[in-house]
Amino acid sequence: MVKFNRFKLDNGLRVIVHEDNTTPMAVLNILYDVGARDEDPDQTGFAHLFEHLMFGGSVNIPHYDGPLQRVGGENNAFTSNDITNYYITLPSTNLETAFWLESDRMLSLAFSEKSLEVQRNVVIEEFKQRYLNQPYGDVWLRLRPLVYKNHPYQWATIGKTIKHIEDAKIEDVKAFFKKHYNPQNAIMVVGGNVKTEEVKRLAEKWFGPIPAGEKYNRNLPQEAPQQEERREIVTAKVPLNDVYIAFQMEGRMDKSYHIIELMSDILSRGNSSRLYKSLVKDKPLFSEVHAYITGSMDKGMFVLEGKPLEGISIEQAEASLWQELEKIKTEEVPADELTKVKNKTESTMVFSEMSLLDKAMNLANYELMGDAEELNHETEKFLAVTSAQIKEEANKLFRKENSSTLIYLAEGVEEPKEVVTD
Amino acid sequence: MSILNRKLAPGFNGVDNINLIRPQQTKLANGCNIFSFNSGDQDLVRIEWVFNNLRFNPKKPLLNVAVNTMLTEGTSKLNAAQIADKIDFYGAFLQVDYSYDNSQVTLYTLTKYLKTTLDVVKDVITDSIFPEKELETYVRNQQQKLQVSMQKNDFVARRVFNKALFGETIYGLGAEPEDFKSLTREDMLAHFKLMYQPSNCTIIIAGKADPEILEAVNQAFEGAWGDVTSPADISQPELEPSAERFFYSEKVDALQSAIRMGMPFITRTHPDFSALQVLNTALGGYFGSRLMANIREDKGYTYGIGSGMTAFKQTGAFFIASEVGADVCKLAVKEIEKEINLLKENLIDEKELSLVKNYMLGSLLGSLENVFSHADKFKNLYFANLDYDYYDRYTQTIKTITAPELQALANKYWNFADFYKVIVGKY
Repeated sequence: MVKFNRFKLDNGLRVIVHEDNTTPMAVLNILYDVGARDEDPDQTGFAHLFEHLMFGGSVNIPHYDGPLQRVGGENNAFTSNDITNYYITLPSTNLETAFWLESDRMLSLAFSEKSLEVQRNVVIEEFKQRYLNQPYGDVWLRLRPLVYKNHPYQWATIGKTIKHIEDAKIEDVKAFFKKHYNPQNAIMVVGGNVKTEEVKRLAEKWFGPIPAGEKYNRNLPQEAPQQEERREIVTAKVPLNDVYIAFQMEGRMDKSYHIIELMSDILSRGNSSRLYKSLVKDKPLFSEVHAYITGSMDKGMFVLEGKPLEGISIEQAEASLWQELEKIKTEEVPADELTKVKNKTESTMVFSEMSLLDKAMNLANYELMGDAEELNHETEKFLAVTSAQIKEEANKLFRKENSSTLIYLAEGVEEPKEVVTD
Repeated sequence: MSILNRKLAPGFNGVDNINLIRPQQTKLANGCNIFSFNSGDQDLVRIEWVFNNLRFNPKKPLLNVAVNTMLTEGTSKLNAAQIADKIDFYGAFLQVDYSYDNSQVTLYTLTKYLKTTLDVVKDVITDSIFPEKELETYVRNQQQKLQVSMQKNDFVARRVFNKALFGETIYGLGAEPEDFKSLTREDMLAHFKLMYQPSNCTIIIAGKADPEILEAVNQAFEGAWGDVTSPADISQPELEPSAERFFYSEKVDALQSAIRMGMPFITRTHPDFSALQVLNTALGGYFGSRLMANIREDKGYTYGIGSGMTAFKQTGAFFIASEVGADVCKLAVKEIEKEINLLKENLIDEKELSLVKNYMLGSLLGSLENVFSHADKFKNLYFANLDYDYYDRYTQTIKTITAPELQALANKYWNFADFYKVIVGKY
């Protein structure tokens, strides 16, 4: 149970306070309701590049990090296809510094051409490090456009290509800020050793004067139901073959979400899960196999992934995955097995309350979905799932015409040249 | 009402006191030490069983890690699937973790299910049998995983670096596919019996460690267990640093190069350790560090660069690591050299030094998030044979160290020309 208080400033900023006096620290988390899905198809990677620029100085504060480190604080941020989230942890006695820094960069940025130039390079190196210079690193660059033909989920947060990042202009970046970074599009959670009244005072003082800005009305092209089986085969310099099968599923707010999440747990959570037991241990056909969901706000993905063992053909590997899916489509999950994944979910919720930052991020996320209080009803929703519902959803999801299969065929790898010495 | 001056930073407070929770200790008659940290807020508990690794045998290099990893793969009573089923059914988490000095088993469980889950852990720790079929699966899957890891430049750089610093020892080990093939069930059983015995076991309980919980753990692990034949040999062979200091693996298609450089270093017990942590933080230990400010935030050569100090029982290491654009690798190395030399030739100015100090103290305070973190701090001390004075000295050093002292340390410990340097990619 995560208790909280909630209020809204006149400019539309939503504020949630979670008092937890077991820690000497405080967290200030700001979620901006903007992600890669809000980008122009010809300017992808922008939300993420922008996140980098948020550290390049704001209108009254030339350097963001230094003043925070000086008071014993740390910060970071991440961008997803749905949201951009910034967080600070610091000794609670220095909470006001966090308000000062975060309110100034919500008010107005002041990064320079130089800062844009450098962050473009940093993001290009990030692109290389995470997506291009790793075996299988480009999987999301390939799988997303296979699954999404219309919706902006067809590109990854890093962007479609390095070119889009290279081409980013300072005026585009400014326009992006104006459109998305204002109090109406943000949710702030303050947690830890704090008092609601004090948070109210600080919020009014530092965020109150920021103009409300224009409300961004999201109107994205939605993805039509998939009608045909899709497939892409890549021959790549990777050491092993790899199979991905992605299915479209409804978005995070749909009532099927909790059912499908438990279904992915039954298939793949832990060493007692079906795919691991059957395909890694008993048969064995794979060295590793996973199932997971993206949990996206709009239409999401249910993904199966596995690396077949040497000597196992792609056909055999795919067939064995489908066999497990057929099983969950035709037979109801036994009561014990369902209880198992429910128990695991329940204890995970309890353990997640050990982390202040997790609690703060969760509150922000549920508030974005409509109501932070729903965080405290999440476990009930999982406990209410029945075997019949799982079977029903499995039948809706696991159809060939709802599948996108991506195969990596290993063409061998580059062996490094022998060690050269100076 | 006064006008808000946004240019002026709010006042702030330094971190004065760090209050570390100290454990309750009990020692069982069989030699097993139990330390507990009780915080009754939530009905959950984390229990760790920590064992010193056995002496490294270069002919059978993987025994320590393989035995640890395979503890959950079968006992006389329960097969791997049954172990997984039981743990998962009760919503618990059972992990095995291998590190250079220790191997451990960790149980996270809601206290209402402790008795049942504890039975499984007891079985795993006292009666693992390493079934042949599971060993085959382990070997096969590890070999495949290794093939993938070997395509990652940073992974390869770390292996080459460790090998260069520590040679054929537990710290320098970089497994080859054939090493996995040499694993036998007999060797593993023998290793298991010697290592996983009460006198080589430390149990650390954190969470709702109330008397009832402690009693349950005591009961499960008191008396004789395992099949002890002789004391565990936990000594380690001497380190063998390489004479060669520069290692370059060229990959013609690389978009980025992994850089790792540094040297064997002092451990936590050395009087200079805390002061060097301040110096290291300034160089590359936080987001605003000199390496980040120059090589990422000014030059844009990399997504991330950092330096660190790792402390093991027998040795330590100082390292700088990054992945940089292949075309700027040489330039990046030059800039690293420049930053090292700047710290040797010039004093850190007062503004930067006070920032680093405040950051480190805040970071220490922030690292004490919950009762588990207090247990982690204790482990740092206990396994390095240090007392709680260590953290008093640590905070005292951070608060009082001066720029000339740091400059002297940079000169005493760092010589760029002598660093081991590893490049994987293009140079």
